[in-house]
Amino acid sequence: MKIPYFPGCTLKTTAKNFEISAIASAKKIGIDFIELDRWNCCGVVSSLTSDDLMKHLAPVRNFLRVQEMNKQGIVENENRMVTLCSMCYNTLSLSNKRMKENADDLQKVNDFMHREEENYKGDVDVVHFLSILDEYGFDKLAQKVTKPLKDLKVASYYGCTLLRPKSVGIDDTEDPKILENFVKALGADAIDWDAKSRCCGSYHTVNNVDIVYRLVQGIVDDAKKNGADAIITSCPLCAFNLDVRQSEIKDKNPDYQTLPIYYFTQLMGLALEIDKQDLGLEFNKIEPEKLLKKLNLLS
Amino acid sequence: MAIKVKFKDKNDDFYKKIVELSGEQVALCDQCGTCSGGCPFIEEMDINPSEIMRKVMLGQKEVMDSRTMWICASCFTCTVRCPRELDVSKVSEALRQVKLRTAIDEISIADISKEEAKKLPTIAVVGNFRKFTG
Amino acid sequence: MKTGIFLCECGGNISNTIDLENVKEHLNDEDEKVIVKIHGNMCSGAGQKLLIDEAKKHGLDKIVVSACSPHFHEKTFRGAMKKAGLNPYNLEIANLREHCSWIHKDIPKVATEKAKEIVDAAKAKAELDYALEEKMMKLGNEVLVIGGGIAGIQTSLDLADSGKNVTLIEKQPTLGGKMAILTKTFPTEDCAACIISPKMAAVIDHPNITLHTNTEIQDIAGHRLHFEAKVIKHPRYIKDSINMDQCLICNKCREVCPVSQPNYWEQGIMNREAIYIPAPHAIPYKYLIDAETCLHFVDGSCNKCAEVCPQNVIDFGQKAEELNIAVDAVVVATGFDIFDAKRKPVFGYGKYENVVTSLEMERIVDHIVEKDPPRKVGKRVAFVQCVGSRDKQIGNEYCSRVCCMYSIKLASLLKQAKPEIDIYIFYTDIRAFGKGYEEYYKRSQEMGIKFIRGKPSHFTEVKETKQVILTVEDTLSRDIIETEFDLVVLANGLELSKSSDIVADSLKLAKSDDGFFKEAHPKYKPVDTLVEGVFLSGTAQGPKDIPDTVAQASAAAARVMATLAQKEFALDPVLAFVNSDICDGCEKCLDNCPPKAISMNNEGKAEINEALCLGCGSCITSCPLEAIDLNYYTNKQIYAEIEASLHLKKENEKRILVFADNNTTYRLIDACGVRKMKYTNYARVLRVPSVSRISPNLIEFAFAKGADAVFLGDSPAKGSHFEWANKTTQNNIKTVLNKFKKLKIDSDRLIFSQFTAADLMKFINEINQVAEKIDKLKSIPEDIKKQLFPKEK
Ligand SMILES: Cc1cc2nc3c(=O)[nH]c(=O)nc-3n(C[C@H](O)[C@H](O)[C@H](O)COP(=O)(O)OP(=O)(O)OC[C@H]3O[C@@H](n4cnc5c(N)ncnc54)[C@H](O)[C@@H]3O)c2cc1C
Ligand code: SF4
Ligand code: SF4
Ligand code: SF4
Ligand code: SF4
Ligand code: SF4
Ligand code: SF4
Repeated sequence: MKIPYFPGCTLKTTAKNFEISAIASAKKIGIDFIELDRWNCCGVVSSLTSDDLMKHLAPVRNFLRVQEMNKQGIVENENRMVTLCSMCYNTLSLSNKRMKENADDLQKVNDFMHREEENYKGDVDVVHFLSILDEYGFDKLAQKVTKPLKDLKVASYYGCTLLRPKSVGIDDTEDPKILENFVKALGADAIDWDAKSRCCGSYHTVNNVDIVYRLVQGIVDDAKKNGADAIITSCPLCAFNLDVRQSEIKDKNPDYQTLPIYYFTQLMGLALEIDKQDLGLEFNKIEPEKLLKKLNLLS
Repeated sequence: MAIKVKFKDKNDDFYKKIVELSGEQVALCDQCGTCSGGCPFIEEMDINPSEIMRKVMLGQKEVMDSRTMWICASCFTCTVRCPRELDVSKVSEALRQVKLRTAIDEISIADISKEEAKKLPTIAVVGNFRKFTG
Repeated sequence: MKTGIFLCECGGNISNTIDLENVKEHLNDEDEKVIVKIHGNMCSGAGQKLLIDEAKKHGLDKIVVSACSPHFHEKTFRGAMKKAGLNPYNLEIANLREHCSWIHKDIPKVATEKAKEIVDAAKAKAELDYALEEKMMKLGNEVLVIGGGIAGIQTSLDLADSGKNVTLIEKQPTLGGKMAILTKTFPTEDCAACIISPKMAAVIDHPNITLHTNTEIQDIAGHRLHFEAKVIKHPRYIKDSINMDQCLICNKCREVCPVSQPNYWEQGIMNREAIYIPAPHAIPYKYLIDAETCLHFVDGSCNKCAEVCPQNVIDFGQKAEELNIAVDAVVVATGFDIFDAKRKPVFGYGKYENVVTSLEMERIVDHIVEKDPPRKVGKRVAFVQCVGSRDKQIGNEYCSRVCCMYSIKLASLLKQAKPEIDIYIFYTDIRAFGKGYEEYYKRSQEMGIKFIRGKPSHFTEVKETKQVILTVEDTLSRDIIETEFDLVVLANGLELSKSSDIVADSLKLAKSDDGFFKEAHPKYKPVDTLVEGVFLSGTAQGPKDIPDTVAQASAAAARVMATLAQKEFALDPVLAFVNSDICDGCEKCLDNCPPKAISMNNEGKAEINEALCLGCGSCITSCPLEAIDLNYYTNKQIYAEIEASLHLKKENEKRILVFADNNTTYRLIDACGVRKMKYTNYARVLRVPSVSRISPNLIEFAFAKGADAVFLGDSPAKGSHFEWANKTTQNNIKTVLNKFKKLKIDSDRLIFSQFTAADLMKFINEINQVAEKIDKLKSIPEDIKKQLFPKEK
């Protein structure tokens, strides 16, 4: 299956490990990510006021690229656009929803992009890679696993943008199961915990890092309390906060016990035994290999 | 120490402005407190999200001086729980916009050290600037 | 046959626009068969007298009154018909005022020509009218009450006391409903079991009540004071004889039964065996076996109870019984379910063991004074209000009315039993609306129960202690409270019971936005439904406490009595009938009558049950032989009306034939007239019960006779008297459009639109659009018309 893929800015820089592990893992189960050739930044956080239509131009331009890919036959009848970064997923989905539900806005946006060859027709669907896996079937994924992640206790961290607001959430806002099902498919143990969708502090990491320290510590403590060995995420910003900021907490407080943070695709790659270099573990801040080696999951 | 507050009709303009910008019928707020109780940032806030709603409803412009609207990170935790399906994050955003559109940027790029800028993920920096600058 | 035509001037309302003399001339007064008279006000005493006198003088047998809408004076003129010794169904009204003079004020000439066609159509139909008798239906004494909670019990007792024969159906093996689960009741704190038991016993002892417990409704057919219910009585597997060999309640069976299952009447805080009596105050107080858990049924491995039973009354072979019950009225008392808190995962119900529902708490509190209660409560107890009520996120925006009070009650009872326990009630508003309720609330505050105004947003569990931590804003102090509790009680809201759906579906009962059954009028008809002869009792209509439930239950009984006191009622004769000479017994019509009025008789021919038929006409198109027809709107009559409505059409003129359902669209078009709203003069409006009656043949005939467009207007399924009809209409249209495609006729010429009573502008816009469209289209060529309707009638 070939599917148009929107990487977003961060996956080309700080979150390279997310991208390479995802692409290699997807390939292993027969899913080819075809990168949009001229994608542009989605805008990161969705604009929430009513009179800000112009801020939706950027997302829509990406949808035009998907339309073109179909027209040029690069993909076949595939109006879905897959994202990895949960934040991009959220922003693009919200814009898309507004365009789909509001013909006037769509018209205005199209008028503004008169230099584009085509109008956006409103029929592209933004999907997160996890939803693609859900559709693929976690049973089927489990069959493809060649190295079950036995005894690895994983806390699945959803954060905000995969679940909220409801209109774009990929699962139940209060009781999500999709990551846990994913973890189980890989042969690992999915622990139940309270902080799975508690905000990590998001962009406050730039100017208000103390907020982030407090929230990250709360999240990691809850994972530890519930017996997790590691936390997985699908958001580069969450990953940065949980990984880098957690290590800074440790810098200040040497007794602090850290938990390694992985992108969910890194564990997927491990279980599917993709090339080690495609796991990109060298980009993870908190030592990622020790735990895996201890459990004989990595040599 | 209590201050006496007077209701003035023109306060309504502020209320209406926020309703228009946010698209939220703030007057529907039941003051149930669900938003405040679940907000992960509550400890950083000087007034609670439910108070923001209350003050906007009564047209009390002083709400603009509070720290809360800058702290709200649009995590939508309250949005999915509010029994009246109100969205405090949109109200916060509207308040920020009113302030930012009067051309006061809450932060400046120059405040971030080079070293920090290098390691921060792009989405963090862009997101931050979209929330804090006009 | 002689027809009298009376042209009313309506004090100028009609005659100022329409030249009635001209119309009269057109009708050809010289014709032997017609008498034409013009009068200033036909509805006045003088006008009616004219009708009566002329009828007698000339021996008229059919009458056409050309005047205002039949919705104004049809009744008046039918009365006059009776006085003249004529059958009231030999009357037709030509609606010149609402449908012509008022809307075409500025084009009197055109209006006069149109008036001729309107009167001609009425005349053509009148000539084919025939006498119809309003049959009087006898009303019996039989009432079905569905649901044996306190509501159904009270209604049944009142009805039975007044001499009605009541059949009471209860799904559960005991009477009592939710009230049989409660501990004490607010605000008096009398024990629920003690006050409901005498009532339950009265039911079983009453000679006029037949009680079926463990019995479910399968289907109910009927309406209008005649219903046939099919119910299924599940077996108890205990022989029930009046002889000596009956169950002695020696309990030996129960003692040997190896099964242990949560008992519903203890809300799962205690268990029961597979052979059990539901509760100590169950009525009937009888054993039954739960086949779902009994090992004999599960895997055949057990027979113990049968072996020990000294009376030999255990009978695993018992079968479900199907009963048919015919009644004159139905009372729906199917009650409520508490909101399933699992639909709101944030509260942790089902996940944290110390989060319980209010009904579970009723049982916990009931046992709390025992030495070793089945469930302990710890030292700190929290009540969380408005769970599943007043919450748009889960779609219940209403207040459930009783949960504030029952939480206060449960807290008070707990505090009285265990004063050392700290009790907090987290609320958004306290609703203590009833007699003595505010005082009861106050007493609970005096006892030291703490009320905190805030809705908890977050629930977590302390792994080791299983305590539950709540995070909540005290909205009065703005403090954020985070405290652990040993027990959290959810104040579950009330929803219509799910088992009500089968009743709703078979009786076609409407629900209001809150999901409960809808009353006929919220103020004046609070216990009636829109279906004649069906009444609501208790919480099935909306959340209520016991006093309100009982009051409403008695009200429902009173409404049944008043209705049945009429002894008989007149049946509208506008019903379907089968022409048995034509019917060949193919049975195709059977499935096309949702009120289930059609059945096959001994001779293998279809037959219409007059008590069940609603006269929608939807069945007509289902019969390939046109064997089914509708009184007062027969095929022949409609063909004649169509022809007459088009027969004056000139070369350059256009016609839109509008078929309007009597209840909504026809009245809507009247309303446009009353407001003098102009619209295209192409329209000729014909009245039918529902446009589903207009078969493809009739539509095709209309085009063949010169209609440029056919416009069908009906009410939307929701809120319609005939909610099934639009489906039939859509099928009919599809048939015609298929033909259109083959013959290359523009599909814009056939319009089906749905209107509510307020859609005046919608009608005007749509009809004018059709007019504009057909102006642009070339007329349908003659040969195509012939192909469209080849049969010569
Ligand atoms: C926790 C709690 C505490 C309460 N405490 C109090 C109190 O202290 N004081 C007070 O005044 N009120 C109290 N109430 C309210 C009280 O319970 C209701 O007012 C009352 O029970 C309503 O009775 P009902 O007959 O309308 O409904 P129900 O009790 O629900 O009875 C309906 C009956 O219909 C049966 N049924 C449903 N569908 C079918 C079907 N298809 N065929 C056959 N049978 C069917 C059901 O099995 C049930 O027996 C409380 C409610 C709750 C939830
Ligand atoms: S959206 Fe803002 S106010 Fe609401 S919970 Fe998140 S941070 Fe708090
Ligand atoms: S949750 Fe909603 S209704 Fe409740 S206080 Fe907050 S905004 Fe108001
Ligand atoms: S046969 Fe069934 S009811 Fe009887 S004792 Fe065995 S399990 Fe219990
Ligand atoms: S009665 Fe009280 S607890 Fe129940 S819904 Fe109404 S306000 Fe909420
Ligand atoms: S007219 Fe309607 S109710 Fe009567 S038999 Fe036909 S379909 Fe049934
Ligand atoms: S469809 Fe017509 S022919 Fe067939 S049984 Fe019914 S009435 Fe008779």
